Amino acid sequence: MLQRTVVDAARRRLLRALAAGGIATTLRAMPAFAQPAGLITRPIPSSGEALPVIGLGSWITFNVGNDRAARDGCMEVMRAFFAAGGRMIDSSPMYGSSQDVIGDGLERLGKPARLFSADKVWIAPGTRGPAQIERSRQFWRVPRFDLLQVHNLLAWEEHLPTLLAMKSAGRLRYVGITTSEGRRHSDVERIMRAHPIDFVQVSYNVADREVEARILPLARDRGIAVIVNRPFREGALLKAVQRRPLPPFAAEMQAGSWAQLILKFIVSHPAVTCAIPATTRVDHVRENMAVALGPLPDAALRRRLIEHVERA
Amino acid sequence: MSEWWTYTLADFLLFSPQTYLRLVEGYQRDVWPVQIPTLVLGVVVALAALRGGRSAGRIAALILAVLWIAVAWAFHLERYATINWAAPYFAAAFVVQAVWMLATGFVRNGWNLGPPRGTVDWIAIALIVFALAGEPLLGRALGRAWPQVEVFGITPDATALATLGTLLMARQPGSMALPALWCAVSGALLWAMEAPDALVPPVAALAALALALATRRRRPPQRPAW
Repeated sequence: MLQRTVVDAARRRLLRALAAGGIATTLRAMPAFAQPAGLITRPIPSSGEALPVIGLGSWITFNVGNDRAARDGCMEVMRAFFAAGGRMIDSSPMYGSSQDVIGDGLERLGKPARLFSADKVWIAPGTRGPAQIERSRQFWRVPRFDLLQVHNLLAWEEHLPTLLAMKSAGRLRYVGITTSEGRRHSDVERIMRAHPIDFVQVSYNVADREVEARILPLARDRGIAVIVNRPFREGALLKAVQRRPLPPFAAEMQAGSWAQLILKFIVSHPAVTCAIPATTRVDHVRENMAVALGPLPDAALRRRLIEHVERA
Repeated sequence: MSEWWTYTLADFLLFSPQTYLRLVEGYQRDVWPVQIPTLVLGVVVALAALRGGRSAGRIAALILAVLWIAVAWAFHLERYATINWAAPYFAAAFVVQAVWMLATGFVRNGWNLGPPRGTVDWIAIALIVFALAGEPLLGRALGRAWPQVEVFGITPDATALATLGTLLMARQPGSMALPALWCAVSGALLWAMEAPDALVPPVAALAALALALATRRRRPPQRPAW
């Protein structure tokens, strides 16, 4: 017994040394992935952990199959995202090859320690959920997910207990649900009231503000973090407003483009934790991440932006 | 799926048009020069439909069935499935269609082809020719590179349209359901990708199916196989 204790103690010391060495190596290898000073973050209400207000979505943009050049492009987007201080990357088994493309990129980037991995379970019946989650984890090449969400509430009655049990067992850090384009908001509200979820993911932007009425206030009351998907209505919103010049008050917000203006509007809502714009372009991810550096609009500026867009 | 009426075609588009075209391009480059023999086989199908004869139906059915299986494997399963989780289901449908054509056209020798005897027959021939030559040229005219255009026996739309032309010639409306369904699926995908030729496959399929249904009893009965 004594011998085993000595061996265990020696092993613990060795593991600590290896871990310290590993961290030091990681820091040396990835100096660009340190968090820039002044990056705006929001705490996850259930833990206090800080997340930058801009994350990275992968819907459509990262579903590039086995196209090596396109995979390289996605990796560069992730590199720029981490270099700018980004943390949350969001995906789903519904998004084709996106999970594998993310995992491939993460591996080639040296598995950045900053990563906050957010994925989803999207399968029915719910008994197939654990197998799908394990497959997703293998695609991502991560030891465990930070956040798993029930995608579009599909079979949520079965998936939610599974995810909460995984969290209790320490195999998952946070649990959430998602919807998009305003679907099933009454069910979303019901789940937010009745279940101990950490995150809710909804669509929200300057033109789609339905969640302002009930879901965002409820999230604040219940201490639930909010992820905003489809910030640009998959590009349609940008297409619609880009015909017009930026409003004069964009300068007050230090917004140099409509994309930045729209993102600033979204993340300036006090209930929003982060938005997850998706892109295939490095310049766009930098532009998006710059939103988390400048000032955010106050209530008066938010109102002016709504009026400006509604007149467009 | 609840609140299904709130979904649009764009909600089902899992990839960008650039990704899809690059996938087709990579596939065409991988299989080159197989496009040449498949086009030759397409010409054989067109000649079988045009000239008819004792074994024309069987030859056409065999060629089409083999190519439907080839597209199921090489396109849907090997390539398209990497960006669309529905592709294995498309592959299964293509194999079902191939088996059905083998059973009805090859084993039972139930396809009565050529020579053309009226407007509908010539429309059927025109559809086959369009699938062989018109589809690639249309793709080029719309600015796509050669490796990105539809090719008979390689990509699904051109293969389905040539099959529909052949089956219209044979007045086999029952065998046209799956090719027509594929054309509808493909048209929806192209529409979601805002492709200018999105309506071509579904409109051609619908017209072929309608004509086959309307004229199915007008061709003389099948010649005895032996």
